[in-house]
Amino acid sequence: MEEITNQITEINGVLDIMWILIAGIFVFFMQAGFTLVESGFTRAKNTINIVMKNLMDLCIGSLAFWAIGYAIMYGDDIGKFIGTPSLFYNEAGEMHNLWFQTVFCATAATIISGAVAERTKFSTYLILSLVMTAVIYPISGHWVWQGDGWLTELGFIDFAGSTVVHSVGGWAALVAAILIGPRIGKYVKGKSVAIPGHNMMYGALGVFILWLGWFGFNPGSELAMSGESANHVANIVITTNLAAAAGAVMALFYTWFKYGKPDISMTLNGALAGLVGITAGCAAVSNGGAVAIGAICGIAVVASITFIDQKLRIDDPVGAISVHGVCGAIGTLLVGVFGTDGGLFYGGGFHQLGVQAIGVVGIGAWVLVTSFILLIILKKTIGLRVSEKDEIEGLDITEHGMNAYPDFRLNEH
Amino acid sequence: MKKVEAIIRKSKFSDVKNALHEVGVNFFSYWDVTGQGNEKEGHVYRGISYSTSDIQRRYLDIVVNDDFEDITVKTIIAAAGTGEVGDGKIFVSEVKEAYRIRTGNKGSETLK
Repeated sequence: MEEITNQITEINGVLDIMWILIAGIFVFFMQAGFTLVESGFTRAKNTINIVMKNLMDLCIGSLAFWAIGYAIMYGDDIGKFIGTPSLFYNEAGEMHNLWFQTVFCATAATIISGAVAERTKFSTYLILSLVMTAVIYPISGHWVWQGDGWLTELGFIDFAGSTVVHSVGGWAALVAAILIGPRIGKYVKGKSVAIPGHNMMYGALGVFILWLGWFGFNPGSELAMSGESANHVANIVITTNLAAAAGAVMALFYTWFKYGKPDISMTLNGALAGLVGITAGCAAVSNGGAVAIGAICGIAVVASITFIDQKLRIDDPVGAISVHGVCGAIGTLLVGVFGTDGGLFYGGGFHQLGVQAIGVVGIGAWVLVTSFILLIILKKTIGLRVSEKDEIEGLDITEHGMNAYPDFRLNEH
Repeated sequence: MKKVEAIIRKSKFSDVKNALHEVGVNFFSYWDVTGQGNEKEGHVYRGISYSTSDIQRRYLDIVVNDDFEDITVKTIIAAAGTGEVGDGKIFVSEVKEAYRIRTGNKGSETLK
Protein backbone atom coordinates (compact mmCIF):
# COMPACT_ATOMS: atom_id res chain seq x y z
CA MET A 1 0.00 0.00 0.00
CA GLU A 2 2.80 2.38 0.96
CA GLU A 3 4.64 1.33 -2.20
CA ILE A 4 1.68 2.46 -4.32
CA THR A 5 1.40 5.76 -2.45
CA ASN A 6 5.09 6.39 -3.04
CA GLN A 7 4.74 5.67 -6.72
CA ILE A 8 1.76 8.00 -7.04
CA THR A 9 3.68 10.73 -5.29
CA GLU A 10 6.57 10.18 -7.65
CA ILE A 11 4.32 10.28 -10.70
CA ASN A 12 2.69 13.47 -9.47
CA GLY A 13 6.12 15.01 -9.08
CA VAL A 14 6.98 14.06 -12.63
CA LEU A 15 3.70 15.51 -13.94
CA ASP A 16 4.41 18.76 -12.16
CA ILE A 17 7.95 19.04 -13.49
CA MET A 18 6.83 18.13 -16.98
CA TRP A 19 4.15 20.80 -17.01
CA ILE A 20 6.56 23.45 -15.72
CA LEU A 21 9.09 22.57 -18.42
CA ILE A 22 6.52 22.60 -21.23
CA ALA A 23 4.89 25.81 -20.02
CA GLY A 24 8.32 27.42 -19.90
CA ILE A 25 8.91 26.35 -23.48
CA PHE A 26 5.73 28.17 -24.51
CA VAL A 27 6.90 31.28 -22.69
CA PHE A 28 10.27 31.01 -24.44
CA PHE A 29 8.50 31.29 -27.77
CA MET A 30 7.08 34.66 -26.70
CA GLN A 31 10.51 36.04 -27.61
CA ALA A 32 9.61 35.34 -31.24
CA GLY A 33 6.28 37.04 -30.68
CA PHE A 34 7.90 40.18 -29.29
CA THR A 35 10.36 40.25 -32.18
CA LEU A 36 7.55 40.06 -34.74
CA VAL A 37 5.38 42.68 -33.07
CA GLU A 38 8.24 45.13 -32.63
CA SER A 39 9.59 44.77 -36.16
CA GLY A 40 6.11 44.88 -37.68
CA PHE A 41 5.33 48.15 -35.90
CA THR A 42 8.59 49.83 -36.89
CA ARG A 43 10.28 50.71 -40.15
CA ALA A 44 12.05 48.21 -42.39
CA LYS A 45 15.37 50.02 -42.13
CA ASN A 46 15.60 49.03 -38.46
CA THR A 47 14.42 45.42 -38.62
CA ILE A 48 17.79 43.78 -38.02
CA ASN A 49 18.34 46.00 -35.00
CA ILE A 50 15.01 44.88 -33.53
CA VAL A 51 15.92 41.25 -34.13
CA MET A 52 19.33 41.71 -32.54
CA LYS A 53 17.91 43.37 -29.44
CA ASN A 54 15.32 40.69 -28.92
CA LEU A 55 17.76 37.88 -29.58
CA MET A 56 20.36 39.30 -27.22
CA ASP A 57 18.11 40.23 -24.33
CA LEU A 58 17.06 36.59 -24.32
CA CYS A 59 20.66 35.41 -24.36
CA ILE A 60 21.98 37.93 -21.87
CA GLY A 61 18.97 37.30 -19.66
CA SER A 62 19.46 33.54 -19.77
CA LEU A 63 23.09 33.85 -18.78
CA ALA A 64 22.74 36.65 -16.24
CA PHE A 65 19.78 35.05 -14.50
CA TRP A 66 21.65 31.77 -14.22
CA ALA A 67 24.83 33.54 -13.14
CA ILE A 68 23.30 35.57 -10.33
CA GLY A 69 19.72 36.73 -10.95
CA TYR A 70 17.99 33.52 -9.88
CA ALA A 71 19.84 33.45 -6.59
CA ILE A 72 19.03 37.10 -5.89
CA MET A 73 15.38 36.36 -6.59
CA TYR A 74 14.95 32.95 -4.94
CA GLY A 75 17.88 32.62 -2.57
CA ASP A 76 17.43 32.51 1.20
CA ASP A 77 15.76 35.74 2.22
CA ILE A 78 17.68 38.68 3.67
CA GLY A 79 15.50 41.36 5.26
CA LYS A 80 12.46 40.45 3.14
CA PHE A 81 14.20 42.45 0.43
CA ILE A 82 16.66 40.25 -1.41
CA GLY A 83 17.74 36.65 -1.74
CA THR A 84 21.19 35.48 -0.72
CA PRO A 85 23.31 35.99 -3.83
CA SER A 86 25.33 33.07 -5.10
CA LEU A 87 26.99 32.49 -8.42
CA PHE A 88 26.17 30.09 -11.24
CA TYR A 89 23.09 28.35 -9.88
CA ASN A 90 23.48 24.63 -10.02
CA GLU A 91 21.20 23.06 -7.42
CA ALA A 92 20.32 19.48 -8.35
CA GLY A 93 16.63 18.83 -8.91
CA GLU A 94 15.85 22.52 -9.35
CA MET A 95 16.61 23.06 -13.03
CA HIS A 96 12.95 23.12 -14.04
CA ASN A 97 12.47 26.09 -11.70
CA LEU A 98 15.54 27.84 -13.08
CA TRP A 99 14.16 27.26 -16.56
CA PHE A 100 10.68 28.59 -15.84
CA GLN A 101 11.92 31.67 -14.04
CA THR A 102 14.56 32.39 -16.67
CA VAL A 103 11.99 32.73 -19.45
CA PHE A 104 9.87 35.01 -17.26
CA CYS A 105 12.90 37.20 -16.60
CA ALA A 106 13.70 37.33 -20.31
CA THR A 107 10.10 38.44 -20.97
CA ALA A 108 10.44 41.41 -18.61
CA ALA A 109 13.70 42.46 -20.24
CA THR A 110 12.46 42.29 -23.80
CA ILE A 111 9.46 44.55 -23.13
CA ILE A 112 11.74 47.57 -23.12
CA SER A 113 13.14 47.10 -26.62
CA GLY A 114 9.91 48.06 -28.38
CA ALA A 115 9.54 51.37 -26.57
CA VAL A 116 13.07 52.49 -27.42
CA ALA A 117 13.14 51.15 -30.95
CA GLU A 118 14.67 52.88 -33.97
CA ARG A 119 17.00 55.29 -32.13
CA THR A 120 18.81 53.52 -29.26
CA LYS A 121 22.46 52.54 -29.27
CA PHE A 122 22.73 48.77 -29.40
CA SER A 123 25.54 48.57 -26.84
CA THR A 124 23.54 50.71 -24.42
CA TYR A 125 20.58 48.41 -24.79
CA LEU A 126 22.70 45.36 -24.02
CA ILE A 127 23.87 46.88 -20.75
CA LEU A 128 20.30 47.86 -19.88
CA SER A 129 19.21 44.23 -20.43
CA LEU A 130 22.04 42.93 -18.30
CA VAL A 131 21.19 45.10 -15.28
CA MET A 132 17.46 44.42 -15.65
CA THR A 133 17.91 40.65 -15.61
CA ALA A 134 20.70 40.46 -13.05
CA VAL A 135 19.49 43.01 -10.49
CA ILE A 136 16.32 45.05 -11.01
CA TYR A 137 13.87 42.28 -11.94
CA PRO A 138 15.19 39.69 -9.45
CA ILE A 139 14.96 42.02 -6.46
CA SER A 140 11.35 43.07 -6.97
CA GLY A 141 10.55 39.50 -7.94
CA HIS A 142 11.93 38.35 -4.60
CA TRP A 143 9.47 40.60 -2.77
CA VAL A 144 6.52 38.73 -4.33
CA TRP A 145 7.47 35.18 -5.33
CA GLN A 146 10.25 33.90 -3.11
CA GLY A 147 7.90 33.33 -0.19
CA ASP A 148 9.51 35.50 2.49
CA GLY A 149 9.40 38.85 0.73
CA TRP A 150 7.67 41.86 2.26
CA LEU A 151 4.89 41.96 -0.34
CA THR A 152 4.11 38.28 0.12
CA GLU A 153 3.78 38.97 3.82
CA LEU A 154 1.21 41.69 3.15
CA GLY A 155 -0.87 39.31 1.08
CA PHE A 156 -0.10 40.85 -2.31
CA ILE A 157 -1.45 38.74 -5.17
CA ASP A 158 0.33 38.61 -8.52
CA PHE A 159 -0.07 35.06 -9.73
CA ALA A 160 1.91 35.15 -12.96
CA GLY A 161 3.39 38.63 -12.98
CA SER A 162 1.25 41.56 -14.17
CA THR A 163 3.42 43.62 -11.85
CA VAL A 164 6.46 41.41 -11.26
CA VAL A 165 7.11 40.93 -14.97
CA HIS A 166 5.01 43.22 -17.12
CA SER A 167 4.90 46.49 -15.27
CA VAL A 168 8.56 46.08 -14.34
CA GLY A 169 9.28 46.02 -18.07
CA GLY A 170 6.70 48.71 -18.74
CA TRP A 171 7.96 51.28 -16.22
CA ALA A 172 11.57 50.74 -17.28
CA ALA A 173 10.37 51.28 -20.84
CA LEU A 174 8.73 54.54 -19.76
CA VAL A 175 11.92 55.90 -18.19
CA ALA A 176 13.98 54.79 -21.16
CA ALA A 177 11.61 56.32 -23.71
CA ILE A 178 11.64 59.63 -21.86
CA LEU A 179 15.41 59.81 -21.38
CA ILE A 180 16.26 58.55 -24.84
CA GLY A 181 13.79 60.92 -26.47
CA PRO A 182 11.50 60.56 -29.45
CA ARG A 183 12.45 59.48 -32.95
CA ILE A 184 13.50 62.25 -35.29
CA GLY A 185 10.44 63.69 -36.99
CA LYS A 186 7.97 62.15 -34.55
CA TYR A 187 6.81 65.41 -32.97
CA VAL A 188 6.61 68.37 -35.31
CA LYS A 189 5.26 71.73 -34.11
CA GLY A 190 3.83 70.08 -31.03
CA LYS A 191 1.86 67.48 -32.95
CA SER A 192 2.46 63.76 -33.21
CA VAL A 193 3.36 62.53 -36.68
CA ALA A 194 2.37 59.04 -37.82
CA ILE A 195 5.36 56.79 -38.53
CA PRO A 196 3.68 53.65 -39.86
CA GLY A 197 5.12 50.24 -39.11
CA HIS A 198 6.33 48.29 -42.13
CA ASN A 199 4.43 45.04 -41.72
CA MET A 200 1.12 44.58 -39.95
CA MET A 201 1.19 40.88 -40.76
CA TYR A 202 4.31 40.48 -38.60
CA GLY A 203 2.49 42.45 -35.90
CA ALA A 204 -0.51 40.14 -36.07
CA LEU A 205 1.57 36.98 -36.19
CA GLY A 206 3.55 38.28 -33.25
CA VAL A 207 0.43 38.81 -31.18
CA PHE A 208 -0.86 35.33 -31.99
CA ILE A 209 2.46 33.89 -30.85
CA LEU A 210 2.45 35.99 -27.66
CA TRP A 211 -1.12 34.85 -26.97
CA LEU A 212 -0.01 31.26 -27.44
CA GLY A 213 2.95 31.83 -25.15
CA TRP A 214 0.64 33.20 -22.49
CA PHE A 215 -0.92 29.75 -22.24
CA GLY A 216 2.38 28.78 -20.72
CA PHE A 217 2.84 32.02 -18.82
CA ASN A 218 -0.36 31.98 -16.77
CA PRO A 219 -1.35 28.31 -16.50
CA GLY A 220 2.29 27.37 -15.96
CA SER A 221 2.47 29.60 -12.91
CA GLU A 222 0.36 27.06 -11.05
CA LEU A 223 3.71 25.24 -10.95
CA ALA A 224 1.91 21.93 -10.81
CA MET A 225 -0.43 19.72 -12.80
CA SER A 226 -1.06 16.82 -10.48
CA GLY A 227 -4.15 16.32 -8.40
CA GLU A 228 -6.36 19.39 -8.04
CA SER A 229 -3.93 21.51 -10.01
CA ALA A 230 -5.08 20.04 -13.29
CA ASN A 231 -8.42 21.78 -12.91
CA HIS A 232 -6.81 24.99 -11.72
CA VAL A 233 -4.59 25.00 -14.79
CA ALA A 234 -7.64 24.51 -17.02
CA ASN A 235 -9.44 27.38 -15.27
CA ILE A 236 -6.45 29.62 -15.83
CA VAL A 237 -6.30 28.75 -19.53
CA ILE A 238 -9.90 29.94 -19.82
CA THR A 239 -9.54 33.16 -17.82
CA THR A 240 -6.45 33.98 -19.87
CA ASN A 241 -8.18 33.42 -23.20
CA LEU A 242 -11.32 35.31 -22.22
CA ALA A 243 -9.37 38.34 -21.08
CA ALA A 244 -7.40 38.47 -24.32
CA ALA A 245 -10.54 38.21 -26.41
CA ALA A 246 -12.35 40.84 -24.37
CA GLY A 247 -9.39 43.20 -24.60
CA ALA A 248 -9.23 42.88 -28.37
CA VAL A 249 -12.98 43.34 -28.81
CA MET A 250 -13.12 46.47 -26.67
CA ALA A 251 -10.10 47.99 -28.42
CA LEU A 252 -11.75 47.17 -31.73
CA PHE A 253 -14.99 48.96 -30.82
CA TYR A 254 -13.19 51.88 -29.27
CA THR A 255 -11.08 52.58 -32.37
CA TRP A 256 -14.02 51.89 -34.68
CA PHE A 257 -16.12 54.41 -32.80
CA LYS A 258 -13.39 57.00 -32.37
CA TYR A 259 -11.69 56.91 -35.78
CA GLY A 260 -14.42 55.60 -38.05
CA LYS A 261 -12.50 52.46 -38.96
CA PRO A 262 -11.32 49.57 -36.75
CA ASP A 263 -7.56 49.84 -36.30
CA ILE A 264 -5.56 46.63 -36.55
CA SER A 265 -2.54 47.75 -34.57
CA MET A 266 -4.64 49.00 -31.65
CA THR A 267 -6.84 45.91 -31.70
CA LEU A 268 -3.73 43.77 -31.49
CA ASN A 269 -2.53 45.89 -28.58
CA GLY A 270 -5.95 45.35 -27.01
CA ALA A 271 -5.51 41.58 -27.00
CA LEU A 272 -2.11 41.98 -25.36
CA ALA A 273 -3.54 44.43 -22.84
CA GLY A 274 -6.14 41.88 -21.82
CA LEU A 275 -3.45 39.25 -21.45
CA VAL A 276 -1.23 41.48 -19.35
CA GLY A 277 -4.19 42.54 -17.24
CA ILE A 278 -5.37 39.02 -16.39
CA THR A 279 -1.87 37.81 -15.55
CA ALA A 280 -2.10 38.90 -11.92
CA GLY A 281 -5.55 37.51 -11.20
CA CYS A 282 -5.83 34.60 -13.60
CA ALA A 283 -6.19 32.14 -10.73
CA ALA A 284 -8.21 34.40 -8.45
CA VAL A 285 -11.10 35.64 -10.56
CA SER A 286 -14.13 34.07 -12.18
CA ASN A 287 -14.63 33.82 -15.93
CA GLY A 288 -16.86 36.87 -15.77
CA GLY A 289 -14.18 38.71 -13.83
CA ALA A 290 -11.63 37.78 -16.48
CA VAL A 291 -13.85 39.25 -19.21
CA ALA A 292 -14.28 42.42 -17.17
CA ILE A 293 -10.56 42.80 -16.56
CA GLY A 294 -9.78 42.19 -20.23
CA ALA A 295 -12.41 44.65 -21.36
CA ILE A 296 -11.21 47.38 -19.01
CA CYS A 297 -7.62 46.92 -20.17
CA GLY A 298 -8.70 46.91 -23.82
CA ILE A 299 -10.21 50.36 -23.42
CA ALA A 300 -7.45 51.60 -21.15
CA VAL A 301 -4.67 50.64 -23.54
CA VAL A 302 -6.11 52.65 -26.45
CA ALA A 303 -6.71 55.66 -24.22
CA SER A 304 -3.25 55.34 -22.71
CA ILE A 305 -1.46 54.98 -26.04
CA THR A 306 -3.08 58.10 -27.46
CA PHE A 307 -2.56 60.04 -24.22
CA ILE A 308 1.11 59.13 -23.90
CA ASP A 309 1.78 59.82 -27.56
CA GLN A 310 -0.31 62.89 -28.28
CA LYS A 311 -0.50 64.64 -24.90
CA LEU A 312 2.70 63.63 -23.09
CA ARG A 313 4.61 63.36 -26.37
CA ILE A 314 6.56 60.30 -25.27
CA ASP A 315 7.45 58.22 -28.32
CA ASP A 316 6.64 54.53 -27.84
CA PRO A 317 6.44 52.89 -31.28
CA VAL A 318 4.72 49.72 -30.08
CA GLY A 319 2.72 50.89 -27.07
CA ALA A 320 4.82 48.86 -24.62
CA ILE A 321 4.41 51.38 -21.82
CA SER A 322 0.63 51.24 -22.12
CA VAL A 323 0.30 47.50 -22.68
CA HIS A 324 2.74 46.34 -20.03
CA GLY A 325 3.11 49.24 -17.56
CA VAL A 326 -0.37 50.73 -17.42
CA CYS A 327 -2.34 47.54 -17.96
CA GLY A 328 0.00 45.59 -15.69
CA ALA A 329 -0.88 48.03 -12.92
CA ILE A 330 -4.60 48.00 -13.72
CA GLY A 331 -4.74 44.21 -13.85
CA THR A 332 -2.94 43.95 -10.53
CA LEU A 333 -5.27 46.43 -8.85
CA LEU A 334 -8.36 44.72 -10.25
CA VAL A 335 -7.52 41.54 -8.34
CA GLY A 336 -8.59 43.57 -5.34
CA VAL A 337 -11.94 44.13 -7.03
CA PHE A 338 -12.73 40.90 -8.83
CA GLY A 339 -10.86 38.38 -6.67
CA THR A 340 -13.49 35.84 -5.62
CA ASP A 341 -11.76 35.43 -2.28
CA GLY A 342 -11.77 38.86 -0.65
CA GLY A 343 -12.29 41.17 -3.60
CA LEU A 344 -14.32 44.36 -3.33
CA PHE A 345 -17.16 42.97 -5.45
CA TYR A 346 -17.30 39.85 -3.29
CA GLY A 347 -17.80 41.58 0.01
CA GLY A 348 -14.15 41.70 0.97
CA GLY A 349 -14.05 45.45 1.36
CA PHE A 350 -11.08 47.55 0.33
CA HIS A 351 -8.35 45.62 2.09
CA GLN A 352 -7.10 43.51 -0.81
CA LEU A 353 -7.37 46.47 -3.16
CA GLY A 354 -5.21 48.46 -0.78
CA VAL A 355 -2.60 45.70 -0.65
CA GLN A 356 -2.58 45.48 -4.43
CA ALA A 357 -2.02 49.22 -4.59
CA ILE A 358 0.94 49.00 -2.21
CA GLY A 359 2.54 46.38 -4.46
CA VAL A 360 1.90 48.33 -7.64
CA VAL A 361 3.31 51.54 -6.19
CA GLY A 362 6.19 49.86 -4.36
CA ILE A 363 7.47 47.93 -7.34
CA GLY A 364 6.69 50.84 -9.65
CA ALA A 365 8.83 53.14 -7.57
CA TRP A 366 11.64 50.58 -7.38
CA VAL A 367 11.79 50.22 -11.14
CA LEU A 368 11.36 53.92 -11.92
CA VAL A 369 14.20 54.89 -9.57
CA THR A 370 16.68 52.12 -10.46
CA SER A 371 16.15 52.38 -14.20
CA PHE A 372 16.42 56.16 -13.99
CA ILE A 373 19.76 55.94 -12.19
CA LEU A 374 21.04 53.33 -14.62
CA LEU A 375 19.99 55.29 -17.70
CA ILE A 376 21.42 58.57 -16.42
CA ILE A 377 24.76 56.83 -15.87
CA LEU A 378 24.60 55.35 -19.36
CA LYS A 379 23.61 58.70 -20.82
CA LYS A 380 26.64 60.39 -19.27
CA THR A 381 29.07 57.63 -20.23
CA ILE A 382 28.43 55.80 -23.50
CA GLY A 383 25.33 57.72 -24.54
CA LEU A 384 21.81 56.48 -25.21
CA ARG A 385 21.09 57.41 -28.81
CA VAL A 386 22.70 56.85 -32.16
CA SER A 387 23.73 59.95 -34.09
CA GLU A 388 21.13 61.83 -36.07
CA LYS A 389 22.71 60.79 -39.35
CA ASP A 390 22.69 57.13 -38.32
CA GLU A 391 19.10 57.25 -37.17
CA ILE A 392 17.95 58.71 -40.47
CA GLU A 393 19.90 56.20 -42.53
CA GLY A 394 18.60 53.29 -40.46
CA LEU A 395 20.13 51.22 -37.67
CA ASP A 396 20.38 48.06 -39.77
CA ILE A 397 23.12 49.49 -41.92
CA THR A 398 24.71 51.83 -39.38
CA GLU A 399 24.75 49.55 -36.31
CA HIS A 400 24.92 46.16 -37.99
CA GLY A 401 26.33 46.73 -41.46
CA MET A 402 23.57 45.03 -43.41
CA ASN A 403 19.99 45.35 -44.63
CA ALA A 404 17.16 43.15 -43.46
CA TYR A 405 15.62 43.23 -46.93
CA PRO A 406 18.45 43.56 -49.45
CA ASP A 407 16.23 42.38 -52.31
CA PHE A 408 13.64 45.09 -51.77
CA ARG A 409 13.69 48.76 -52.52
CA LEU A 410 12.56 50.47 -49.33
CA ASN A 411 10.46 53.59 -49.15
CA GLU A 412 12.47 56.23 -47.39
CA HIS A 413 10.75 57.79 -44.39
CA MET B 1 9.01 58.88 -83.66
CA LYS B 2 7.14 59.88 -80.55
CA LYS B 3 7.41 58.96 -76.87
CA VAL B 4 4.03 58.55 -75.16
CA GLU B 5 4.35 58.59 -71.36
CA ALA B 6 1.22 57.64 -69.46
CA ILE B 7 0.64 57.71 -65.70
CA ILE B 8 -2.37 55.51 -65.01
CA ARG B 9 -4.15 53.76 -62.14
CA LYS B 10 -2.58 50.40 -61.36
CA SER B 11 -6.03 48.83 -61.41
CA LYS B 12 -6.48 49.95 -65.03
CA PHE B 13 -3.19 48.54 -66.28
CA SER B 14 -4.65 45.27 -67.47
CA ASP B 15 -7.31 47.04 -69.55
CA VAL B 16 -4.80 49.48 -71.01
CA LYS B 17 -2.31 46.73 -71.86
CA ASN B 18 -4.94 44.62 -73.65
CA ALA B 19 -6.35 47.62 -75.51
CA LEU B 20 -2.89 48.66 -76.72
CA HIS B 21 -2.14 45.14 -77.95
CA GLU B 22 -5.42 45.19 -79.86
CA VAL B 23 -4.46 48.28 -81.86
CA GLY B 24 -0.99 46.97 -82.58
CA VAL B 25 1.08 48.73 -79.92
CA ASN B 26 3.12 45.86 -78.55
CA PHE B 27 6.34 47.30 -77.11
CA PHE B 28 6.54 49.39 -73.97
CA SER B 29 8.10 49.49 -70.51
CA TYR B 30 6.37 50.17 -67.23
CA TRP B 31 7.13 50.61 -63.57
CA ASP B 32 5.37 51.58 -60.37
CA VAL B 33 5.70 55.14 -59.16
CA THR B 34 4.58 57.25 -56.24
CA GLY B 35 3.43 60.69 -57.06
CA GLN B 36 1.60 63.82 -56.01
CA GLY B 37 -1.70 64.75 -57.50
CA ASN B 38 -5.20 65.90 -56.80
CA GLU B 39 -6.35 62.65 -55.28
CA LYS B 40 -5.87 62.26 -51.52
CA GLU B 41 -5.96 59.17 -49.31
CA GLY B 42 -7.19 59.31 -45.71
CA HIS B 43 -5.10 57.31 -43.25
CA VAL B 44 -5.34 56.62 -39.54
CA TYR B 45 -2.36 55.12 -37.70
CA ARG B 46 -2.59 54.53 -33.96
CA GLY B 47 -4.90 57.42 -33.35
CA ILE B 48 -3.29 59.90 -35.70
CA SER B 49 -5.39 60.86 -38.69
CA TYR B 50 -3.50 62.15 -41.68
CA SER B 51 -4.29 62.45 -45.35
CA THR B 52 -1.63 61.98 -47.92
CA SER B 53 -1.48 63.11 -51.51
CA ASP B 54 1.24 60.50 -52.08
CA ILE B 55 -0.50 58.14 -54.44
CA GLN B 56 0.60 54.95 -56.17
CA ARG B 57 0.42 54.80 -59.94
CA ARG B 58 1.87 52.88 -62.88
CA TYR B 59 4.04 54.67 -65.42
CA LEU B 60 4.09 53.47 -69.03
CA ASP B 61 6.83 54.47 -71.42
CA ILE B 62 5.80 53.80 -75.05
CA VAL B 63 7.82 54.78 -78.12
CA VAL B 64 5.83 54.65 -81.41
CA ASN B 65 6.12 55.77 -85.00
CA ASP B 66 4.48 59.12 -85.79
CA ASP B 67 1.44 57.53 -87.45
CA PHE B 68 0.68 55.64 -84.24
CA GLU B 69 0.74 58.64 -81.91
CA ASP B 70 -2.95 59.43 -82.19
CA ILE B 71 -4.31 55.91 -81.81
CA THR B 72 -2.03 55.20 -78.84
CA VAL B 73 -3.21 58.27 -76.95
CA LYS B 74 -6.88 57.67 -77.75
CA THR B 75 -6.63 54.00 -76.72
CA ILE B 76 -5.06 54.83 -73.38
CA ILE B 77 -7.62 57.53 -72.59
CA ALA B 78 -10.47 55.15 -73.38
CA ALA B 79 -9.07 52.21 -71.40
CA ALA B 80 -7.58 54.02 -68.39
CA GLY B 81 -10.39 56.42 -67.54
CA THR B 82 -12.89 55.97 -64.73
CA GLY B 83 -14.29 59.48 -64.61
CA GLU B 84 -12.94 60.03 -61.07
CA VAL B 85 -10.28 62.52 -60.03
CA GLY B 86 -6.90 60.74 -60.25
CA ASP B 87 -7.24 59.00 -63.63
CA GLY B 88 -3.79 60.23 -64.65
CA LYS B 89 -1.96 62.06 -67.40
CA ILE B 90 -0.36 61.43 -70.82
CA PHE B 91 2.70 63.29 -72.15
CA VAL B 92 3.93 63.15 -75.73
CA SER B 93 7.44 64.16 -76.75
CA GLU B 94 9.78 63.81 -79.72
CA VAL B 95 12.22 60.90 -79.93
CA LYS B 96 15.42 61.54 -81.91
CA GLU B 97 16.35 57.96 -82.77
CA ALA B 98 15.49 54.33 -81.99
CA TYR B 99 17.76 51.21 -82.25
CA ARG B 100 17.25 47.49 -82.01
CA ILE B 101 20.05 46.09 -79.86
CA ARG B 102 20.10 42.60 -81.36
CA THR B 103 20.78 43.76 -84.92
CA GLY B 104 22.11 47.28 -84.44
CA ASN B 105 19.54 48.66 -86.92
CA LYS B 106 17.89 52.03 -86.40
CA GLY B 107 14.83 53.90 -87.56
CA SER B 108 11.05 53.39 -87.63
CA GLU B 109 11.45 49.73 -88.75
CA THR B 110 12.73 48.85 -85.26
CA LEU B 111 9.39 49.88 -83.69
CA LYS B 112 7.31 47.44 -85.76
